[in-house]
Amino acid sequence: MAAEKVHIENMPHPETWLKVTPSGLFCEPGGFYVDPLRAVERAVVTHAHSDHARPGHQAVLATRETLAIMRTRMGEDQAGLSQQALAWGERVRVGEVDVWLEPAGHVLGSAQVAMEWQGSRAVVSGDYKRVPDPTTPGFVPIPCDVFVTEATFALPVFRHPKPEAEIARLLDSVDLFPERTHVVGCYSLGKCQRLVALLRAAGWDRPIYLHGAHVAICDTYAMLGVQLGDLRPATVAQKDALVGAIVLAPPSAIADRWARRLAEPVVCAASGWMRVRQRAKQGGVELPLVISDHADWDELLQTLEDVGAPEVWVTHGREEALIHAAGLRGIRGRALRLVGYGEEEA
Amino acid sequence: MIAFANLLERLVFTPGRNAKIALLRRYFATQPDPDRGIGLAAVTGELSFAAAKAGLIRDLAAAHTDPELFALSYDYVGDLAETVALMWPAANVNAPPPRLFEVVSTLTTAPKADLPRIVAAWLDASDASVRLALLKLITGGLRVGVSARLAKVALAEMSDGRVQPDDVEEVWHGLAPPYAELFAWIEGRADKPDPAEAPVFRPPMLAHPLEPGDFASLDPTALRAEWKWDGIRVQLVATNAGVRLYSRGAEDISAGFPEIVDAMHARAVLDGELLVIRDGIVAPFSELQQRLNRKTVTPKMMRDYPVAVRLYDILFDGTEDLRALPFDARRARLEAWYAKNRPPRMDLSELIPFASLEYLAILRDGARAASIEGLMLKRGDSPYVPGRPRGQWWKWKRDPLTIDAVLMYAQRGHGKRSSFYSDYTFGLWREGELVPVGKAYFGFTDEELLFLDKWIRNHTTARFGPVREVEKAMVLEVAFDAAQLSSRHKSGVALRFPRIARIRTDKPAADADRLEVLMRLVETAAVQA
Ligand SMILES: [Zn+2]
Ligand SMILES: [Zn+2]
Repeated sequence: MAAEKVHIENMPHPETWLKVTPSGLFCEPGGFYVDPLRAVERAVVTHAHSDHARPGHQAVLATRETLAIMRTRMGEDQAGLSQQALAWGERVRVGEVDVWLEPAGHVLGSAQVAMEWQGSRAVVSGDYKRVPDPTTPGFVPIPCDVFVTEATFALPVFRHPKPEAEIARLLDSVDLFPERTHVVGCYSLGKCQRLVALLRAAGWDRPIYLHGAHVAICDTYAMLGVQLGDLRPATVAQKDALVGAIVLAPPSAIADRWARRLAEPVVCAASGWMRVRQRAKQGGVELPLVISDHADWDELLQTLEDVGAPEVWVTHGREEALIHAAGLRGIRGRALRLVGYGEEEA
Repeated sequence: MIAFANLLERLVFTPGRNAKIALLRRYFATQPDPDRGIGLAAVTGELSFAAAKAGLIRDLAAAHTDPELFALSYDYVGDLAETVALMWPAANVNAPPPRLFEVVSTLTTAPKADLPRIVAAWLDASDASVRLALLKLITGGLRVGVSARLAKVALAEMSDGRVQPDDVEEVWHGLAPPYAELFAWIEGRADKPDPAEAPVFRPPMLAHPLEPGDFASLDPTALRAEWKWDGIRVQLVATNAGVRLYSRGAEDISAGFPEIVDAMHARAVLDGELLVIRDGIVAPFSELQQRLNRKTVTPKMMRDYPVAVRLYDILFDGTEDLRALPFDARRARLEAWYAKNRPPRMDLSELIPFASLEYLAILRDGARAASIEGLMLKRGDSPYVPGRPRGQWWKWKRDPLTIDAVLMYAQRGHGKRSSFYSDYTFGLWREGELVPVGKAYFGFTDEELLFLDKWIRNHTTARFGPVREVEKAMVLEVAFDAAQLSSRHKSGVALRFPRIARIRTDKPAADADRLEVLMRLVETAAVQA
């Protein structure tokens, strides 16, 4: 199953210079980590989800948006003592390595990290998706020798339907139960703002109400130029105002007392996991919406084809199926089994 | 099929009764004939066919998916039909998904050998939600999680008040899918379908539990008393078009009790209790249970567990509707009908003479036979009104500390029971939702355990580790020593020594007790933190 690889003469294989360590993926000739799992001296961060962007690094290289969101989430002092913002495609040399960022399409600011050393190129995708998202630029495939991918939804049962169709299901339910409050569980970075944008695109121009945990990042998005329309805080005191409304709340809030005090809440959840009934039932969800910020099975395979790498490394997720499918396509697969990713968002 | 699949998907996740009704109502109101009629049949359990076995799904999966990816996926999802529905490879077909009516008519006529090809083409044209509905429908594994009654309530709501759920119930057994005449009537486009001679079910009159507070208001001279027998309530219907035996939940159980059907010659609609009676003695419920839930019955079963109907009431004598008459007049008609026809396997429920409620209380407590649950009190002037009218009939159970609860979750037991689902979490209704009130893991016989275990495996709707969530359709009579307030339970109440007293397959889940019934049994002296 080992694939034929075309080597540039004397090109070092990425496994000789990009290494798995307890702190995460370490680029030796560059002296930096990508999405390190603990505080380090030099970090390149793909995006601001808490499993990828950890607090307390000395120097952080990321997109302007990712740095801004990191500051919102962890405060100025924890988001890297020195921060360096990189524009899309802008190359910098870190140590002996050329580094640049291209969009990953996951959440605002999310980037793939491309690294080149002595003609050998590796790309770390971070988390990504391929469907268009109105809140962030779309994924750009980068040809490379090793593609380091996530595999959150790497089973053929995960095929996300069109997000517009899922939003239509939500609006249809609002229409059918106008006396109830629809409360949608969603992660506060990315999913929340994407839902707002999708609702706006579907013509929902009424105010959208936010649980307190969602307000700060929506403000940051607005500051970064993503228009989200009329957003208001959802406090249960205004129970009556929330009749017929759509409320966005963290997944942890939809099942607890907070949500129960709303008017006959229809508990919804927007996540790729909602594709499987048992997962949806576990959360006590009444209306599961399959909307994910991660690549589904087809997108993962499409991406392997688009980047054309003879070798794929899987950072986290269900690597078994993806490595099997890569093998069928003549691509060598390797599971990195990095523990610590995938804990925040889906 | 799209609307039907959407309906199923939403019903599976919707806990509230009113929300379910709204979903059903909209489906019936927006879908064309004959699709909606087929949908109605599916929801009410009238569409019980299995065109194919699970093997067909396995074969389709084998032909269309990579075996290793299928194995990994099945392992993750845990349900064969769902796995295939989710991972079915996208096909570039321009065909729309099949209509529900088309699916059902094709499945009933197509040769078995053509099924794999037909089903694969349908799957190609469908999305995941339609594929799941299709695969469940084809293999007879459709679990809607909705009672037939709820569908009838939704139909009645469509009529804007012209039709009541009980009106639907009355014509129901005279109709067949796709119910075009039923929808025409509901929508005001046609008259009420005339069941004419069809032996249809008439919604029964039900009793309220007698509570201590009721005593003062009762006038003993206005009341009639009968034993409350521990069997199942049945309705025996005989018209020129046929004879049917119905459970109180409107289920046609004629096939399980052919000797009763054969015994019914005169035309009438009778209300009574189905019991195993041997030499005039009523056997405990557990014996009757041997005869329940059977599609057919052997001569040996009929010999070993001889059944009879103890008659309470007469609703129709021939074609004459007696329901508006007072109880006393109906009783006289019942006695006259019985004297004239002398049907075998039937007798009259005895009226107990009494002068005071105190005397009845002594009788009730003295009745120790397992086959007697207590007393029934009925007003002599009560007309036969469907449903549970107030202030007409009361049931006065011997042991008040039982509740009829609905099985919600089951878990495997320990030791020799570790291969059976023997720990049961049951719940009561509150505002249309079930609230768990306790767990019981004893009180049943070995046969009952086998029965429940099999039922649970066949009606699982979700799995959480060792726990299975089941369709909310099995009523358990739970006996317990005391009920106490408890802040540690979601229901606010805890039961002392709950045990399964009976499996109430005869009782629809919607008729299980409400939480407030249990709250009234709470010992106020023993409030727990
Ligand atoms: Zn992420
Ligand atoms: Zn992640």
